Amino acid sequence: MTKATRTGLSRRRLLKGAAAGVAASAFPAPMIWAQNIKDVTLRQFGTGVSNINEVAQKVKEDLGFTLEMTALDSDAVTQRAATQPKSFDIADIEYWICKKVWPTGNLQGMDVGRIKNYDKIVGIFKDGRLTPGSTIAQGTSPNSVGFTDGPDGTSFADHETGWMTLIPTIYNADTLGIRPDLIDHPVESWAELLNPAFRGKASILDISAIGIMDAAMVCEAMGEIQYGDKGNMTRDEIDRTLAIMTEAKKAGQFRAFWKTFDESVNLMASGEVVIQSMWSPAITAVKSRGIPCVYQPLKEGYRAWGGGIGLSKNLSGIELDAAYDYINWYLEGWVGGFLMRQGYYSAVPETSKNYMTENEWGYWFEGKPATEVITNPYGDAMAQPGETRDGGSFEERMGHIACWNAVMDENRYMIRKWNEFIAA
Amino acid sequence: MSAHPTTSPAAPGSLPGALLKNRHVSGWLLASPLGLVLAVFLLLPIAMIAVVSFWGATEFSIYPDFQWDNYAFLLSSPVTYKVFLNTFKYAVLTWIFTLGIGFTVAYFLAFHIRSLTWQIALFLLCTIPFWTSNIIRMISWIPFLGRNGIANSTLMSMGVIDAPLDWLLYSDFSVILAFVHLYTLFMVVPIFNSMMRIDRALIEAAYDAGATGFQTLTNVIIPLCKPGIMIGSIFVVTLVMGDFITVRFMSGSQSANVGRLISNDIALLQYPSAAATAVILLITVLMVIGILLRFVDIRKEL
Repeated sequence: MTKATRTGLSRRRLLKGAAAGVAASAFPAPMIWAQNIKDVTLRQFGTGVSNINEVAQKVKEDLGFTLEMTALDSDAVTQRAATQPKSFDIADIEYWICKKVWPTGNLQGMDVGRIKNYDKIVGIFKDGRLTPGSTIAQGTSPNSVGFTDGPDGTSFADHETGWMTLIPTIYNADTLGIRPDLIDHPVESWAELLNPAFRGKASILDISAIGIMDAAMVCEAMGEIQYGDKGNMTRDEIDRTLAIMTEAKKAGQFRAFWKTFDESVNLMASGEVVIQSMWSPAITAVKSRGIPCVYQPLKEGYRAWGGGIGLSKNLSGIELDAAYDYINWYLEGWVGGFLMRQGYYSAVPETSKNYMTENEWGYWFEGKPATEVITNPYGDAMAQPGETRDGGSFEERMGHIACWNAVMDENRYMIRKWNEFIAA
Repeated sequence: MSAHPTTSPAAPGSLPGALLKNRHVSGWLLASPLGLVLAVFLLLPIAMIAVVSFWGATEFSIYPDFQWDNYAFLLSSPVTYKVFLNTFKYAVLTWIFTLGIGFTVAYFLAFHIRSLTWQIALFLLCTIPFWTSNIIRMISWIPFLGRNGIANSTLMSMGVIDAPLDWLLYSDFSVILAFVHLYTLFMVVPIFNSMMRIDRALIEAAYDAGATGFQTLTNVIIPLCKPGIMIGSIFVVTLVMGDFITVRFMSGSQSANVGRLISNDIALLQYPSAAATAVILLITVLMVIGILLRFVDIRKEL
């Protein structure tokens, strides 16, 4: 001991060193972390639905590193992911976009062994089935583009391989939005979009990959076309679908087409249209202006979409570790709760439950009537006591998916035909 | 312009000194900075667009190639002709209205307002709408023209109509209206400019010679305004033909012009196809300007 003191090594310092040594051997990574993680900055981009500043702030608080968020529209997201691989570390993209972007080789496969909650991710992202008995919906279902062969794989695997392309983060089932105060009969089918009663008061979105799916839901509901697979149409099916839509357009069925979230909100809120394809938060935006608007469940089912986080090929070392930390944090529940309180679903719903009240969980996930006022994460009231969520519980909603947003084999042909439809 | 005529004996200096004195060499040198800027920022990008228009594209990438596919598809599709026709329709209609309104406004400012102060004040008044963005001015029409908008509710309360007029918004009417609103000033400015340079004595002379007001207008003022009209027309026609955002917003995406074809292609990563359309549009616009310039020798008139 005296010897030690002579060399400047006090008992206290020795103990401290020993404790650090024990800690370092038990958790080797976090010790390195503590020093360097504050310097890490990850650049994330994606669509507006999930690229929210609150998430970046929470990352800084919980994980210590900086997350820069850029929100873009779907087309811009595709362009950036495909053409500017050095401009991002994390791509928050939709599964149908993944089908276009993955083959460029700008993203790297993710080792599911490093994803703590992998086992709790809902089945639709792994084998395509919500419950073991359910069927796989048509279109680019997340499971069909969710796996690859290894960290450098450039093609998709049709089963779980241990390497994911995207970690699912957010998804929902979409349907038509209506103005119940301006419509005098119950709307129960997608076919209502082309109902002549709504001449000059209907709208559809002008994003071809999504619009064509809505059009297909309508044509199938009308009994005009039986598709082999709505998410992967033949040229003949594309021609027939757009012929029906063009005919309706020429007859003056549509008031306008929309491309951005705001346009859809304004069309509905101003009463220019009474029925249109719409996104769930747009419905909320209309409602928050005090105008009645319903996200109407339809008997043919929903058109679903999902988004996930992909890692840039350029990530390695401490940045890659930080990215895995971020993914694990993402699935731990705080973000899930944040998203679910807006009407989306989390990839791991059961962890989100810890961050929601019983009332919120009951309303958003279980389809139960609200017991108190339901607010979104920003504090706006979304539902009054006694109201239930449109479309019911998670199983009822996600169990009735007819198709997923898709990129078809005949995608380029479809785009050309879609442009003809718009120009007609 | 060199101060020394080229015929003067070269200074007994070095060869570069003699070269600089040569008016051809110094002329080229003086023009070179602008030439360089134009080459790098105008000619090079256009050349690049022309090159890319022959490339191939897949879903997510473009690859260097030489193929006629993009043009073949473009020129064989009936949609292309329809869209070009639509583009011309918008350009011609907008041109007629902006010319009519622009000429009248400029005439009023130049010949009816006597004091220079008022001319300047009123001219500045015309520019006030341009203090805000193009898109804002355009979008502000939407609530005005809408089914439950101010225009319809006013007309209905006045008893002029029983049901809202649907064609006010999301129609060719609203597109042209927005174009005229956005671009009339580009017609007013050059016409006003040429009118201000008309020698007032010529108008007096016409009056003394017994010409009526209308004859003075058609025989004196309009011919002397031709350069202004032509410059304004070139502004308006090129702006309308290249515009895509006005058409998208005001037609509710229901109609398309060439600009929208290009923006759609770009959004879907079809750069070569977009480049081919852009090349065809450029050629078309150059042809239109060429025809316009046939009617007036701008160089001589200025």
